[in-house]
Amino acid sequence: MVTRGFTGRRPIPPYADRIPPGQHLVHDFPVLSAGPTPTLARADWTFTLRVGPRPIKRWTWEAFNALPRTAFTRDIHCVTTWSKLDTRWEGILVDDLLADAGLAPPTEYLLAHSFDGYSTNVPLADLTLGRGMIATHYDEEPLAPDHGGPARLVVPHLYFWKSAKWINGLQFTTRDEAGFWELRGYHMYGDPWREQRYTDD
Amino acid sequence: MTDASGPDARVAASVAGRERWQPAVIAAIVPLTPAVVSVRLRPQHTRPFLAGQHVDVRLTAEDGYRAQRSYSVASAPDEGDTIELVIERLDDGEVSTYFHDSAAPGDTVEIAGPHASYFVWRPGVDGSVLLAAGGSGVAPFLSMVRQRARLADPTPMLLLYSARTWGDVIARDELLAHERRQSGFTACFCLTRDVTRRSSDFARRVDQAVIDDMLARLGGTPTHTFVCGANTFVGAIADLLLAAGVPAGSVRTERYGGD
Repeated sequence: MVTRGFTGRRPIPPYADRIPPGQHLVHDFPVLSAGPTPTLARADWTFTLRVGPRPIKRWTWEAFNALPRTAFTRDIHCVTTWSKLDTRWEGILVDDLLADAGLAPPTEYLLAHSFDGYSTNVPLADLTLGRGMIATHYDEEPLAPDHGGPARLVVPHLYFWKSAKWINGLQFTTRDEAGFWELRGYHMYGDPWREQRYTDD
Repeated sequence: MTDASGPDARVAASVAGRERWQPAVIAAIVPLTPAVVSVRLRPQHTRPFLAGQHVDVRLTAEDGYRAQRSYSVASAPDEGDTIELVIERLDDGEVSTYFHDSAAPGDTVEIAGPHASYFVWRPGVDGSVLLAAGGSGVAPFLSMVRQRARLADPTPMLLLYSARTWGDVIARDELLAHERRQSGFTACFCLTRDVTRRSSDFARRVDQAVIDDMLARLGGTPTHTFVCGANTFVGAIADLLLAAGVPAGSVRTERYGGD
């Protein structure tokens, strides 16, 4: 359906095929959060890997940062329709985290948990083989609190609410369990290229 | 930060199985302030919603290029067959500039939703409510204030509204009328570049003393707090609320813009 009088502002050609349907390019870095930004001292920071309710391994900030470090540059897409290209992240791949725990993945599903009570579900296959990272740095600087610092999940190929800010753990679940936004009308998987924004998309 | 039940299921059920996008005719466009217009849309199908939810608006150019943005619904639920959006002109925008410069009554856009069930107020819920708005971030709160008035809901509700000038306060006369007529509702304007017209307002940015004053007016810590506006505004208000002892889990935020 054509909207009379609308011309729009198209992304320039080299970028157009990197913008998923319904998204638009931004150059700043918008901040979206369901509540206040928590203040987290690195001395108090821990990260826990669980299978169901059972803790498998817990890392302090120091131990976590001693794991192998990886950097990647990816495009990110927020469900509120902004996309940002070539964002540079550095941190610990979920692959390296699982290897350090010596854990063979017991299920196909995970929930990411955050210090503020937030959670979001991501399938194992979307976090492994270099696809998911616990990032401690953005654009070569320590991650700012508004953007999820000290550490956030980064799963750039899914809508960015899956990239939980202020992450403090990953939990294997036997079924694909809905997290915070997935319980409140948003899609269980969230592929921007298939425009999986809301529950029934 | 947990509750998901009740009316959400009703809303989800009513939307399930229908086309996500539907045409909506522009019924009226009215300037509210120098930078903000009210856009009243008449969707093909009226869908139930909760105060605080948003719709997605989609525009399509002749060559098929599309742009899509989210806007909070400013009208009250169950107000009739139209919904109101409050749209601020962003000079580097493409959807807001369409509504400000090109759109006319009778034109058709597409909408999806209303969506999302976290930044919502439910009438009849116990306790007091503090709403803190920066600029056009007042939109979801207009829906809440209007629903409270329509239902004569007794929930104590205080709107703290930061705007540049008296003339930039969206729906100012209506808010003042609600304050006069609705027991338990008050509005406090913080004008950052203007003098005050009322002794109960402030001619400065929201600071700790303003927040403390709001909590005193509510008779203590609010049960539910909602903050909506530009990211820097929301971040500053959230920090002031936490410093005043408001539990983080009772504060819901909606933000726009970057840093």
